[in-house]
Amino acid sequence: MTRPHEDTLLYLDNVTVTFDGFRALNALSLVMERGEMRAVIGPNGAGKTTMMDVITGKTRPDEGEVIFGRNTDLTRLDEPDIAALGIGRKFQKPTVFEPHTVWDNFLLALSGDRRPRFTLWARETDEERDRIEELLATTRLSDLRERRAGDLSHGQKQWLEIGMLLAQDPLLLLVDEPVAGMTDAETAQTAELLREINRSHSVVVVEHDMDFVRALDVKVTVLHEGSVLSEGSIDHVSADPKVIEVYLGR
Amino acid sequence: MNRVSVALCVLIVVGGAFLLAALNLGTAPGSPFHVPPYVVSLVGKYLCYAILALAVDLVWGFAGILSLGHAAFFALGGYAMGMYLMRQIGTRGVYANPVLPDFMVFLNWKALPWYWHGFDNPMFASLMVVLVPGVLALLFGWLAFRSRVSGVYLSIITQALTYALLLAFFRNDMGFGGNNGLTDFKEMFSFPLQAEATRDGLLIASAIALAVSLLAAYGIVTSRFGKVLIAVRDAESRTRFIGYRPEQYKLWVWVVSAIMAGIGGALYVPQVGIINPSEFSPANSIEAVIWVAVGGRGTLIGAVLGAVLVSAGKTWLTGALPEVWLFALGALFIFVTLFLPTGILGVLRRRTRAPVSVPAPEPAE
Repeated sequence: MTRPHEDTLLYLDNVTVTFDGFRALNALSLVMERGEMRAVIGPNGAGKTTMMDVITGKTRPDEGEVIFGRNTDLTRLDEPDIAALGIGRKFQKPTVFEPHTVWDNFLLALSGDRRPRFTLWARETDEERDRIEELLATTRLSDLRERRAGDLSHGQKQWLEIGMLLAQDPLLLLVDEPVAGMTDAETAQTAELLREINRSHSVVVVEHDMDFVRALDVKVTVLHEGSVLSEGSIDHVSADPKVIEVYLGR
Repeated sequence: MNRVSVALCVLIVVGGAFLLAALNLGTAPGSPFHVPPYVVSLVGKYLCYAILALAVDLVWGFAGILSLGHAAFFALGGYAMGMYLMRQIGTRGVYANPVLPDFMVFLNWKALPWYWHGFDNPMFASLMVVLVPGVLALLFGWLAFRSRVSGVYLSIITQALTYALLLAFFRNDMGFGGNNGLTDFKEMFSFPLQAEATRDGLLIASAIALAVSLLAAYGIVTSRFGKVLIAVRDAESRTRFIGYRPEQYKLWVWVVSAIMAGIGGALYVPQVGIINPSEFSPANSIEAVIWVAVGGRGTLIGAVLGAVLVSAGKTWLTGALPEVWLFALGALFIFVTLFLPTGILGVLRRRTRAPVSVPAPEPAE
């Protein structure tokens, strides 16, 4: 593998994670360029979520390098540090702050000072209001700004969460199964939303839904048993005999 | 919970205290409007309990920290005040020692232990009322939250904390009066404690302390800090991925809450006339949690309401059927958990609209 250079945003080399003897990640290596959108697919237990956990600092790898940008070692940082670096994560199960309004969810996610001594006295600024208005428009939630997040539909919660990621203004967005449980129309809108986001951000999308991945039309990485099985365009990987075997036969 | 209901609650508490005091002092004992002095002290005691309940609600209702040891901070504030009141007795004690409290003379101690120095000064004692619970909470919270101890485990260690303090304060050689605690107080800030006017003054002071605590708590939970806190309560790991440090938020609110409880305890002691180790007993902390559950967790006003109602019920029931009280308290907790998970205020609010701040029922752990 090439070492990280100017255009490398994320560099994973030989990353191994073991849980009680089970190798969730097995010498996984992956490189992402700045501005890229990457789809990661793979059957259950392939290590997709563990990979996200390693990148966001939730899980420390037993072995291997995880480098962000040119030389930031992510394995030494914890979740808030990594979030502050500019890596945002959307979970598989939508987790928004349910008792808060859509507006307040965005407000809490906006990039800014996170320390208690600031938030205790903080007042909403005009700049913050403008940014929230923008996010409401991007996520098509403008009419629901005063709605409790817990009362949103499943699809709306997913968009709210993606919007909260954008609010952090991250360099890299990690999006875990954004269209699980969505209607076809919502799925199509989500693909459009992600492409829109990709104009200004790098994105990793983990997904099961092949039609959705096809709609994204980006480079695909297929994971299997904790390592990369195949990489390339969607047509390339779906023609790969190893991929066909893992997905269809056994 | 909104601005209007908080203002109304402040008005009722402070106005009510002034009214009771006026009816106590301004009417003759035979008059139908006369409020006897024992009622003044009783209500003053309830208001101190309400401050403790607010402190519990602040951490439990808004940060999801179920403390089963909050009465420890209340008792520590109480002991700090008790030490000041002991030093004020001076030569009026049984042994008439100008420096040593009676129990030390009784134990044949020759000199005042170092940690009793300064407590003859009311400013120093008041500072300790805030500092002792605050510093203990800071240490405890720093260790617990940094290690990500939460849920049931945290509840258990808070309980262990208060139990350890209970055992420690029982010991005679700790120098806090052992089993008997501190009592037989004579005066506070030069006012005789037995005088009705002093008792009325303490009632009003408790009401004002409660009002200030309520306003402070309301300010905290409605600020952006409070919004983060509620987010931590419901989705702690999510707040971490957004870049907040939940342990910092918990620590702040934990320390504020402990200080609040300490102030409640400091006002409680002169009104009941005694502080002893039984104030550290785990049952007291659990009772405080029940007040909050009954009134409505995460509503602040509910905590005040619950503390006053349950304590009044306790006063009545322990008078009428003393042996039944603990069963009644247990039954009340079960009833509230099963049928009123959002407490009295939650039921009242459901009639109007869905509450923003009332937490969802906690999942079993």
